[in-house]
Amino acid sequence: MTALLSVRDLDVNIGAVRVSAGLGFDLAAGERLAILGRNGTGKTTLLTTLAGLREAEAGSIALCGESYAALGARRAAQLRGLLPQGHLDAFQSTVLETALIGRHPHLGRWHWEGKEDERIAREALAAVDLAGLGGREVHTLSGGERQRLAIAALLAQRPQLYLLDEPLAHLDLNHQIAVLELLSRRARGDGVGIVMVLHDINLALRHADRALLLFGEGRTLEGPVAEVLTAESLSRLYGHPLREMRDDGARYFVPA
Amino acid sequence: MPTRRRALLVILLLALVGLASLVVALAAGSLPVSAADIGRALLGDTAEMAAEVVRELRLPRATAAFACGGLLALAGALMQVLLRNPLADPYVLGISGGAAVGALAAMLFGLPLLLVNGGAFAGALGATLLVFGLARGDGSWTQTRLLLTGVIVAAGCGAAVALILSIAPENQLRGMLFWLMGDLSHAVTPWPALAMLALGLMAALPFSRDLNLLARGDLTARALGVPVSRLRGGVYVLAALATAAAVTTTGSVGFVGLIVPHLVRLAIGNDQRVLLPAAALAGGALLTLADTLARTVVAPQQLPVGVLTALIGVPVFLYLLTRSPRGGAS
Repeated sequence: MTALLSVRDLDVNIGAVRVSAGLGFDLAAGERLAILGRNGTGKTTLLTTLAGLREAEAGSIALCGESYAALGARRAAQLRGLLPQGHLDAFQSTVLETALIGRHPHLGRWHWEGKEDERIAREALAAVDLAGLGGREVHTLSGGERQRLAIAALLAQRPQLYLLDEPLAHLDLNHQIAVLELLSRRARGDGVGIVMVLHDINLALRHADRALLLFGEGRTLEGPVAEVLTAESLSRLYGHPLREMRDDGARYFVPA
Repeated sequence: MPTRRRALLVILLLALVGLASLVVALAAGSLPVSAADIGRALLGDTAEMAAEVVRELRLPRATAAFACGGLLALAGALMQVLLRNPLADPYVLGISGGAAVGALAAMLFGLPLLLVNGGAFAGALGATLLVFGLARGDGSWTQTRLLLTGVIVAAGCGAAVALILSIAPENQLRGMLFWLMGDLSHAVTPWPALAMLALGLMAALPFSRDLNLLARGDLTARALGVPVSRLRGGVYVLAALATAAAVTTTGSVGFVGLIVPHLVRLAIGNDQRVLLPAAALAGGALLTLADTLARTVVAPQQLPVGVLTALIGVPVFLYLLTRSPRGGAS
């Protein structure tokens, strides 16, 4: 069976900054990968490259066994979804209309969103705890609500691969956990793949199967969280000593 | 949620308003014509004076006004999406400035009307290309850079216009000022503008859902499969051609391109599938009515229509801005 996302010999640079050199990994259906790294190491750039929205300097990326060039923009948008950092709302729009943008790649040029699309969008809003807010203007939402709305638009897109750039930004603790559990359910239940940029090591430990560490200068480390997330590698990653704690068999990391 | 039925209803309603504005424009004037006579005159089975006036004078002018109003509103709506700025208008990229320089230079040299229009068109496209070329620079153009370049080029054109005005002979000044304020009394033929309006709508409508996404950010749009750079290029060319066709016909009529998309958006939301045709119809109706007022309100004296659109536009805009329902539910 081909991997959902297959990365080989990937070189990604931002100007003179090397993000990855010869990076290679596979993500199978149902797996969750957390990308960790310091500010400015290129987590967002790498995620955008994995989404096929930015050319890599070298190497190949295959989504469901095919390159982005072979898939084309529309087919790619049916297969993978991206949650960008920050959201632009230059014009007025309702919450439901915003969730419905996820349906775009599934509609033909002259098609309008139908009953089924509306049902999918409302379901997505309910999944992120925004049920009943469909008629609200996006301008009136709080930062956390706006972030959950962006996640709802991604859910409405129904991709096979979710690429999320800091999905927990602006969320309060209960919604952070709720979003991670929602993503985990999609991974287990529907077999979608998840790649997410996270800043919280302990949440990554609990809600990801694999981790990709970006050390800067092109050095990367990818593998199962149990092997990759250690006090030694994380101390090196953040340039700050971390200590590992154990409680009830679960591991935790705290800054030393 | 916008549905296709509601969209068709809105567009049908505005089409009726547009039709009514044309009937008013044909009927009103120093020689009032009844609706029945307009019908007969259009069918061409009379040779009375009233029929001549309707067919030869009012019809070309009214349809030119309608087409130009529609073009300006369409271009304004497109520019607002392109620049992701609800305060953008068709002239924001220096198009009217370039057109003014071209037209006024032609007038200064005493060229015939056809060449004045040709000068306006060439100036409009020249300014557009200049702004686009400068803003592209290294190949990546951002909204801010485009806007800033447009503003600067427009300022340069403004200086050139002031220069031409100050050296122009006395007897040409009035014509130049009317051109600058927008004036339909010299509209020779409505056909280029009408054709451009039809073409513009046909080109933009298939991509209107893509434009909805473009308004939400480049990355979001690209992730959902929208070919953003091709779409932006196309929108830029289309808005520039629409604006150039309008200013060539009427001079730079202000405010229609800013106010109309704004008003329509407040009324029906920002779905481009409805907004673009609705703005074109509403813009056409507004300019037709404004032009009818311009030639009747102090008849036999004619006012430049741009003065009227600004006089109507400014208070309406300020009113909307103060009661802006940013926080309201819709």
